[in-house]
Amino acid sequence: MRFPLPGLRLNGILKIAFKLLVNDRGKFAALIVGITFAVFLMVQLTSVFAGILSKASATIINIGASVWVMDPAVNNPLNSIQLPDYILDATRSIDGVNYAVPLYSGAALVKLHDGTYQPVSILGLDDSSLVGRPELIQGKIEDIFADNGFIVVKDEEFPKMGNPKIGSTFEINDHRGVVVGIARVATSGLFGMPTLYTTFKRAIQYIPSPRFTMAYILVEPKSAADIPYIKQEVAKSGYLALTNREFQERIANYYKYQTGIGTNILIMTLISFMVGLSICGQTFYTFVLENMEKFGALKAIGAKGYELVYMILFQALFTGFTGYGLGVGLSSLLITVAKRNVPNYAASITFFNLGLAFAMVLVIVAVSSYIAVRKVIKIEPFDIFRG
Amino acid sequence: MMSAAAVQAIDLVKWFGKGDIKTYAVNGISFEAKYGEMLYIVGPSGSGKTTLLSMISGILRPNSGRVMVKGQEIWTLPPNDIADFRLNNIGFVFQDYHLFPKLTTVENVAIPLILKKQDWDESLQIAMEFLEVVGLQDRAELPPVKLSGGEQQRVALARAIASGPDILIFDEPTASLDGVTGRRIIGFIKERLLTEHRSILIVTHDSRIFEYGDRIIKMEDGKIVEVTNGGTREE
Ligand SMILES: Nc1ncnc2c1ncn2[C@@H]1O[C@H](COP(=O)(O)OP(=O)(O)OP(=O)(O)O)[C@@H](O)[C@H]1O
Ligand SMILES: [Mg+2]
Repeated sequence: MRFPLPGLRLNGILKIAFKLLVNDRGKFAALIVGITFAVFLMVQLTSVFAGILSKASATIINIGASVWVMDPAVNNPLNSIQLPDYILDATRSIDGVNYAVPLYSGAALVKLHDGTYQPVSILGLDDSSLVGRPELIQGKIEDIFADNGFIVVKDEEFPKMGNPKIGSTFEINDHRGVVVGIARVATSGLFGMPTLYTTFKRAIQYIPSPRFTMAYILVEPKSAADIPYIKQEVAKSGYLALTNREFQERIANYYKYQTGIGTNILIMTLISFMVGLSICGQTFYTFVLENMEKFGALKAIGAKGYELVYMILFQALFTGFTGYGLGVGLSSLLITVAKRNVPNYAASITFFNLGLAFAMVLVIVAVSSYIAVRKVIKIEPFDIFRG
Repeated sequence: MMSAAAVQAIDLVKWFGKGDIKTYAVNGISFEAKYGEMLYIVGPSGSGKTTLLSMISGILRPNSGRVMVKGQEIWTLPPNDIADFRLNNIGFVFQDYHLFPKLTTVENVAIPLILKKQDWDESLQIAMEFLEVVGLQDRAELPPVKLSGGEQQRVALARAIASGPDILIFDEPTASLDGVTGRRIIGFIKERLLTEHRSILIVTHDSRIFEYGDRIIKMEDGKIVEVTNGGTREE
């Protein structure tokens, strides 16, 4: 049998190690299953969480403004708190502000042609600048000013609007709405609602609003160096200015630390790590114990201590990497299948997830082989020899 | 130039334990094994035979005394050099064979060659030749557990000789075999493996095979009590 990795010529000692490991079918299977399972769970859980986080920040990512002014109590873009109008003027007069525009963000019910109601998320862009406008795949952005003009985002939620085309109509609070463009955005939202863009003025006209109407003020500083001063000035009036990244982090922290989702995911990830570690540590330890005599015999014949250590490390690494590959493959497969079938399935495998799972596998490999190596270097071939 | 003795043990002492439980397993033993000789070491259980073999083969460090193998004093070498020396010069058959059940028979035989960093395929080819020597070429691809006790013993022999060592050390090679098989194995060792460049040391309890020894060293309580010529000894 050849070692199943092309281009890699193993030295004979590692080949023996490989055979001792793989030919012990039962234990090898247990090891692989243990690591695969742990990696699968770790990647799965953290990917789902990463997906939730990135979807939770969808509005911020899609609008893309550099600095956001908001009420200090905002921790989630959907539950925005309206800002009084004077804050817009105050913000515009801060030194270092290039421009500042309002953003409407709210939810509404639209009535579709077939008479069903569909909750949607509405973003109202500043009429004079259209800051934060999406990339259109159909239609022209100027048409947003046309009568009753709305732009629909083509994401996983698009079918819930009845797969509209340009010219399709719907009702929104007894007003007519006309689709004048189809847009593409980087990230779709977490809450399973279609997203409509319109102008700020139309948004506040069509959607019943409290006294104040701005959800956020979008600020473009003259230069990045002006940001600290802008934040400071906004804070003086009792409001909060955050950079795009800071706002995303704020939302992420909210989900991580204040919703229980984060803690639960963390606990589950730790548990899968512990399960993986104990299955692998134990199995590998048993494997080495059972092969103790063989390692002793190798030593008696003339294998050196470090060669036995290489064998163990190789066995542990081989098992770890195989399990890692299978685990990652399995969760990619599951996520792909799930995304195809569940439109709003929030999971994305990030390099961070993969790195985290890899680090955990390395810890599992390190702990398992440390225990095993300690045993193996203590073997006295004389004890084997005595029978 | 070959030194006169293949193995030379000088005043070897080995004890285990401390204080009250300190026991001398080997207590001042000197002897020589010559080239072309099959030397038996016999004695009651616990008399120190395995301890002695381990010290002369570089497996167990003596408390005092010296061991020369092929003219090389082994216990002054660093540990990795002792391992290499063993690999290159000494072939073992352990009391329990210690074959690898997860490797094939021919792979088992190839182990010393592989440890000597010979190419894998080449090692297997040479191992195959030695399997032929012990008459087991048709069992090459089986795992050793599928073989009978006598066949496993022959596999262990093939492994011991595969790298061509000048010193062969067998601990109780016939203990788990029936009389006929045991005699056949010893006969095979004497006829096929004993050459004038080789020295074979055999530890045994088995009086049925005494007649094959050139010399017999008898041990008791860690000391040599008698040296006789083989074949002449009464049971
Ligand atoms: N690791 C050890 N610790 C303590 N005592 C030991 C150890 N190894 C051997 N001994 C003692 O040394 C003595 C000699 O042991 P050894 O194994 O050399 O005997 P032996 O002649 O080979 O016996 P057998 O014929 O039963 O194999 C025995 O009394 C044994 O109990
Ligand atoms: Mg013994």
